[in-house]
Amino acid sequence: MVDFYSNLHPVVQGVLKGLAVIMVIFPIGGVCSLAERKVSAWIQGRPGPNRAIVPWAAWIPVLGPFLQRLGLFHVMADGGKMLFKEDALPGHVNKFYFVLAPIIAMMPALTTVTAVPFGAYIDAAGRVIPLALAHVDIGMLAVFAVSSLGVYSLILAGWASNSKYPFLGGVRASAQLISYELSMTLSVIPVFLWVNAPGREATLGLDRVVEFQSGMWQGFSAASWGGVWFVFLMPVSAFIFLTALFAETNRQPFDMPESEADLVGGFHTEYGAFKWGLFFVAEYAHMLIGSGVFTLLFLGGWNPLPWIPLAQVVEWLGATNPIVVGILSIAIFLGKVIAMIFFFMWVRWTVPRFRYDQVMEIGWKKLLPLSIGNLLLYAIAIAFIEG
Amino acid sequence: MAIVPLERKPLTFVERTYVPQIMAGLKTTWQHLVRPKETLEYPEQRPAIPTGYRGVPTLVKDPNGREKCVSCQLCEFVCPPKAIRIIPGEIPPDSPHGHVERAPREFEIDMLRCIYCGMCEEVCPEEAIFLQQKYSMTGYTREEMINNKERLYELGGTLPDQHFKWDKKKHAEEAGNGGH
Repeated sequence: MVDFYSNLHPVVQGVLKGLAVIMVIFPIGGVCSLAERKVSAWIQGRPGPNRAIVPWAAWIPVLGPFLQRLGLFHVMADGGKMLFKEDALPGHVNKFYFVLAPIIAMMPALTTVTAVPFGAYIDAAGRVIPLALAHVDIGMLAVFAVSSLGVYSLILAGWASNSKYPFLGGVRASAQLISYELSMTLSVIPVFLWVNAPGREATLGLDRVVEFQSGMWQGFSAASWGGVWFVFLMPVSAFIFLTALFAETNRQPFDMPESEADLVGGFHTEYGAFKWGLFFVAEYAHMLIGSGVFTLLFLGGWNPLPWIPLAQVVEWLGATNPIVVGILSIAIFLGKVIAMIFFFMWVRWTVPRFRYDQVMEIGWKKLLPLSIGNLLLYAIAIAFIEG
Repeated sequence: MAIVPLERKPLTFVERTYVPQIMAGLKTTWQHLVRPKETLEYPEQRPAIPTGYRGVPTLVKDPNGREKCVSCQLCEFVCPPKAIRIIPGEIPPDSPHGHVERAPREFEIDMLRCIYCGMCEEVCPEEAIFLQQKYSMTGYTREEMINNKERLYELGGTLPDQHFKWDKKKHAEEAGNGGH
């Protein structure tokens, strides 16, 4: 099977890989909406959606009722509802841009996936080869560049709706993105300063960051640093990145563009049916990719534990088949990403929404100086250690 | 009442970072997440009905199987939303309950109008109408939601009687002291 796949035309390979990733991202986006409902219900002391079931699943003795309690069939019910309900187009909107906005929301969300490595396999020579749709040298920069485009859909939706609340939502979205993009970018620079040396190639690649975090325990020496995840080495960076990630993905406590309490629904007030659903799949896809990048940068990517890299686990298991190793690494990576998404939902029901002026103050007066200070501190420290 | 000015302490540096508060909040929400759920899953689990609960109004019979309502229409007059309609009727003299004044020919309670206030129960001199424990009335049409006499007795059933007022009256009449 591996040989057959390797002999395919590169374009066919690319299409297959792309389809495989979209086939994972899209359903996870859908399941996330259910997970959101379930987690919020549990935190509020409710069982959550647990009624829908399809007949053939009801015939399975134990598994069927379990899946029903888990509310898995509500994904289908929700999706079916979204697809088949009337897709109302308000009369006062700019129709072209109104329809364009949800489409534009999906594009950056699905494009950024190409630059994010999501697993690795070990080739015959014992090297760890990362799995990614495209091995772009500018890795992190590509993710930042494309994912920021997602805000255009919010602005476009707010503007095209030709209505006050969506407009305010769109304005807030753009202001928030600019405020937090700065600290987010500055917070990851120490990571790349640490893992790179002058004259190296692909210095912004995410593969390299994970490779650096794949070290083993080598006694109390500088060499052991490689095994520690960056969340322990650079907690302030991780904290700033995570906070900015909440703001960038418009999650509570930073969901200014949406804030249903003061803006009805913000940018999507005028939207309904499948167009509304697309915004949410895009939001979850952004969360997914944001969590993925956080995992790669700070949580060791596909390495199961600090100082226990993937290669070590594969050696213990004695598995050499690249497919088995690939699936193992993807499972570890996805597990971490799903834990991150759970964290997103957990925070949503813990921290109340910040006021708009508080959001701006946190962004400009707290996080930005903190990230600059953090960068300077690590730059000096790295200069001392390596210089 | 004297006004006591409270001195507000300025927030410490750690408090201003929000982090300890958010951590404490996460702990609280986690405890809620793992705690058993509060929900009563309704159709399968039913709530315990307390005594004195005012459910659907019903008509009851006494232990001898006599319908207690004498169609005095007090409930019809007192009913605030005008949900009750009574058509009075006679009891045939050859019936075992012939000594009772009257009985309703038709008795309808419109459950789309009823507000479950319990005034009919309060006002009834014969203790014939009771708001019992049934709380869920549903139907597909407006007609289904109007309980007629037959349905009201079916819902009400038989309740114990402490007085047997009409039997006592009959015995007194037969004893021949002017019915007292």
